[in-house]
Amino acid sequence: MRKQLRLSGSGGQGVITAAIILAEAAVSEGKNAVQSQSYGPEARGGASKSEVIIDDEKIYHPHVKNPDFVLAMTQKAADKYFSDLNPNGTLILDDDLVPNSPAFKNIVRVPITKLAVEKLGKSLFANIVALGVIVKVTKLVDFETIKKSVANRVPSHTVEQNMTALQLGYDAV
Amino acid sequence: MSARLMQGNEAIAEGALKAGVRFFGGYPITPSTEIAEGMAKLLPKVGGTFVQMEDEIASMGVILGASLAGKKVLTASSGPGISLKQELIGYASAAEIPVVIVNVQRVGPSTGQPTAPSQGDVMQARWGTHGDHSIIVLSPWSVREAFDIAVKAVNYAERFRTPVILLTDEIVGHLRENVELPADVEVYPRRKPKISRAEGYEPYKPDEDLVPNVANFGEGFHIHVTGLIHDETGFPVGSPKVTREAIKRMHEKISRAEDEIIEVQTEFMDDAEFAVLSFGGTARTAYESVLDARKRGLKVGFVRLVTIFPFADKIIRELSKNLRGLIVAELNFGQLVNEVERVAKCPVKLCAKYDMTIFEPEEISAAIDELIAEVK
Repeated sequence: MRKQLRLSGSGGQGVITAAIILAEAAVSEGKNAVQSQSYGPEARGGASKSEVIIDDEKIYHPHVKNPDFVLAMTQKAADKYFSDLNPNGTLILDDDLVPNSPAFKNIVRVPITKLAVEKLGKSLFANIVALGVIVKVTKLVDFETIKKSVANRVPSHTVEQNMTALQLGYDAV
Repeated sequence: MSARLMQGNEAIAEGALKAGVRFFGGYPITPSTEIAEGMAKLLPKVGGTFVQMEDEIASMGVILGASLAGKKVLTASSGPGISLKQELIGYASAAEIPVVIVNVQRVGPSTGQPTAPSQGDVMQARWGTHGDHSIIVLSPWSVREAFDIAVKAVNYAERFRTPVILLTDEIVGHLRENVELPADVEVYPRRKPKISRAEGYEPYKPDEDLVPNVANFGEGFHIHVTGLIHDETGFPVGSPKVTREAIKRMHEKISRAEDEIIEVQTEFMDDAEFAVLSFGGTARTAYESVLDARKRGLKVGFVRLVTIFPFADKIIRELSKNLRGLIVAELNFGQLVNEVERVAKCPVKLCAKYDMTIFEPEEISAAIDELIAEVK
């Protein structure tokens, strides 16, 4: 079964890193995964988007069409990237950063960045909180798998905080 | 080895290392920087050297020097940097120095769209440096193939003592997918002199395969290296005969091995009436359009150039004889299509895109439908 995700926000929020970790988790469960990204020339700010396709079959064209899940971490990203969502799909929004919900029936609102700031003191962890939310909502990979993938990817002295971030997101929905 | 998620650029670094590259000189530029980052991580572990130079020209110069000193070498850049390297790519051709240059294409001309995909450097890869020269240009469509082609590029550079362009694009360079890499690969060793100086060794005297066994600097031979046309001693000679023979040999050392170098993937061609020809990252989308056409009962085949240059004249000519039309899908204003038109025996239709975004399968499918309608 092909599953398609789009993670969107602005540069610096870590949506590309989150997408890479998710794809790594899928691969470690033996699935095929393709991860692509598009971003502006700026180091921070500017639109940022990453897409992940997970499938048991081989994946050729690397871009998603009618994603099953969209994460939007800014209002701009939400407005821009929900339109081609699979009608049965889910739109995941950062509750504070996306004040206005687009006209879509299945929306999950989670205060992703706020949780990172309040519980871990840094918005830096927002992408890992988002990953926890995504894994809970999409059930694409096991929670144990994503834990391992996060631990493998983040700097070793931040593993504990990132595990907390992941759990925060997972428990928030 | 179990599957792991890897980026195309990362796979190029891994492949080059596996093929024996022990020196990288470069200057960062999107979307190629991960190759330099990969080499910076990998090379020190195997006793190799990574140097970030002051610019792209120096990056090209330093790999020429390292290659002459006996190292297998790599540099990587994108459009603006590749333009700067052109003079020294010509020097590598003339002085027959094995070098691999990776071009991760982005939108140009000039600084263009730094983070956006394009395939606009096809003809630059062939003719970017001046003068009559021969060159090998290879283009992968997947992360796994990026690894394989990096190995091949290094091997061809060494075997033919020529610059080889690994022409990839932002699509494949930045794409991550699951790969399993081989533990061992076939490696072409650095060519060595077969006779001593006393026995009459001349550094630019071609071997039977028309490639000279130029000694590495520092290994006891006297070598003169120049971009001027030179004879077998390596020293410049201002004669029509030497000039003619030098230029002819530089072409023939590669053209005589064309059947080995040229690699073309074909699918669904047995009964095909039409076909889509593509390369690099765009071929991934073209393949989906062909699968879709087959589902719709259309007899459409798929042709992918792995070797862009030397161009697959014979193969395209032959397969086009059985076709009623051929589409060339490329992420530029139309470059490879001219090469295809030169040899194809059927109508050729360009499917071009040059707006920062990659093709969607529907766009190539529409071109297929248009072509079928046009030839009916």
